[in-house]
Amino acid sequence: MSTTVIESGEEASRENASLRDKPGTGNTPIVRYQGVTKSFGDVQVLKGIDLEMMPGEKVAVIGPSGSGKTTMGRMLMTLEEPTEGTIELDGELLWHMRVKDRLVRADEKHLHRMRGHVGMVFQHFNLFPHMNVLRNVTEAPRKVLGLSKEEAEERAVSMLGKVGLADKLKMYPSHLSGGQKQRVAIARALVMKPKVMVFDEVTSALDPELVGEVLEVIREIAEEGEMAMMLITHEMDFAKEIADRVIFGADGRIVEQGTPEEIFENPQSERLQSFLQRFRAQGI
Amino acid sequence: MWDWNYVLDVLPQLLSALKMTVWITLCSFVVSLIVGLLLALAARSRFKPLAYVTKGIIEFIRNTPLLVQVFFLYYSLPLLMGVSIPAFYAGVIGLGLHYSTYLSEVYRSGIEAVPKGQWEAATALNYTKGQTWRIVILPQAIPPIIPVLGNYLIVMFKETPILSAITLVEMMLTAKNVVSQSFRAFEPYTLVGILFLAISYIASLLVQRLEKRMNLLRGK
Ligand SMILES: Nc1ncnc2c1ncn2[C@@H]1O[C@H](COP(=O)(O)OP(=O)(O)O)[C@@H](O)[C@H]1O
Ligand SMILES: [Mg+2]
Repeated sequence: MSTTVIESGEEASRENASLRDKPGTGNTPIVRYQGVTKSFGDVQVLKGIDLEMMPGEKVAVIGPSGSGKTTMGRMLMTLEEPTEGTIELDGELLWHMRVKDRLVRADEKHLHRMRGHVGMVFQHFNLFPHMNVLRNVTEAPRKVLGLSKEEAEERAVSMLGKVGLADKLKMYPSHLSGGQKQRVAIARALVMKPKVMVFDEVTSALDPELVGEVLEVIREIAEEGEMAMMLITHEMDFAKEIADRVIFGADGRIVEQGTPEEIFENPQSERLQSFLQRFRAQGI
Repeated sequence: MWDWNYVLDVLPQLLSALKMTVWITLCSFVVSLIVGLLLALAARSRFKPLAYVTKGIIEFIRNTPLLVQVFFLYYSLPLLMGVSIPAFYAGVIGLGLHYSTYLSEVYRSGIEAVPKGQWEAATALNYTKGQTWRIVILPQAIPPIIPVLGNYLIVMFKETPILSAITLVEMMLTAKNVVSQSFRAFEPYTLVGILFLAISYIASLLVQRLEKRMNLLRGK
């Protein structure tokens, strides 16, 4: 992997300023993208993303498919490395470290530490098929957080109860419906107690009649409030209902953002207007 | 033609050589299971020099005859390095190392069959690289390849006569010794053939049963 070196005095002072703010006091953004771009080969997929999320804030990300929403979320989960720009998590750089006066690519140790603040739920669940439901949810707390078996199980059982699967502990994923799988995946991510969680179109792979039960679970989590959420979604009504802020992205840029009312009732840009129109026409 | 008394005479020797042959096979198999996995992991290393060197070693070992390799271990290494390896160890290392390059390929296919999403979920849960391998990837990669590994065990068993070339007293060399004393070749070599056939056949039935069990388990 090549080492990215960014030299910039301005970058340095900005990082110091944010480090002076005490994390978690509410005035440090939990997430901050600055000038983030991403290219796959010659194709620039993200063309300069600037985005801040406050602790506990629920941000819905909408936009046409292929606009780079997933890529943006995956960068926060350290699954995709930014080509340019920086991402801060709780006032600390995620993908970079400071060595002397330069920003260099973070090493695995740094990434490991930072990753602990982030969780992700995937479109295709990605449950571990060789583990039953309970072990899917207890394994990481035990091995990564170092909880005892009892502590991990207590935490897992309570979380699985919350997502309505307390009676499925011994089942294997292949025996569950899509909606149940996704609820296990949500519980698995939640027991790690991340400060921010990425939900990437978590209902898109589900049969329509199973979408409701998953959205209901996410609604409850959102109401609890303390965790910031980046909700990449095509469920406009849902976004409207639970998001504090809605971001509309197209062609690798954030085209418009605002409160749900602003975005859905009073869209400014022509891109957003036609996007919403097309959406309503399809009656989804 | 076929002298039963003579058969009863030589059978005990051959059976004890069979025990030795099975033992050599099992030891070599363990070596190839471990080294094969290490080779498969090293060939996937993100540290490119390691990956390239590993792939080079795999190609080299595969493209030279096993006989030459065990000769080298047993006869040349002592001359070059001044260390002599007993025939048993030379045989086990030679056979094990040779087949580890084939097993590394089997492991590779198993590893590549694990969906990318499994790696990503492991990252999202903040498993370390080592934990990801141990907890997420290998437990999914290995069960489907167990029958193929079993078939390699049988192949290795049938390769053991090569080790008679380095004086390792397995079945073939025992038969040869018997023949050189009695000048009767028919019974000993036939018996060796029958014993190889019997063991391989039984082992292949076991592998088949294992394969069915595995398919049932995975289809559940
Ligand atoms: N690993 C990759 N390699 C090459 N192109 C990719 C890769 N991942 C995503 N892309 C491309 O990047 C663009 C944005 O993808 P994505 O972030 O998935 O968009 P969205 O989630 O908004 O649909 C798409 O054109 C997609 O084909
Ligand atoms: Mg997407």
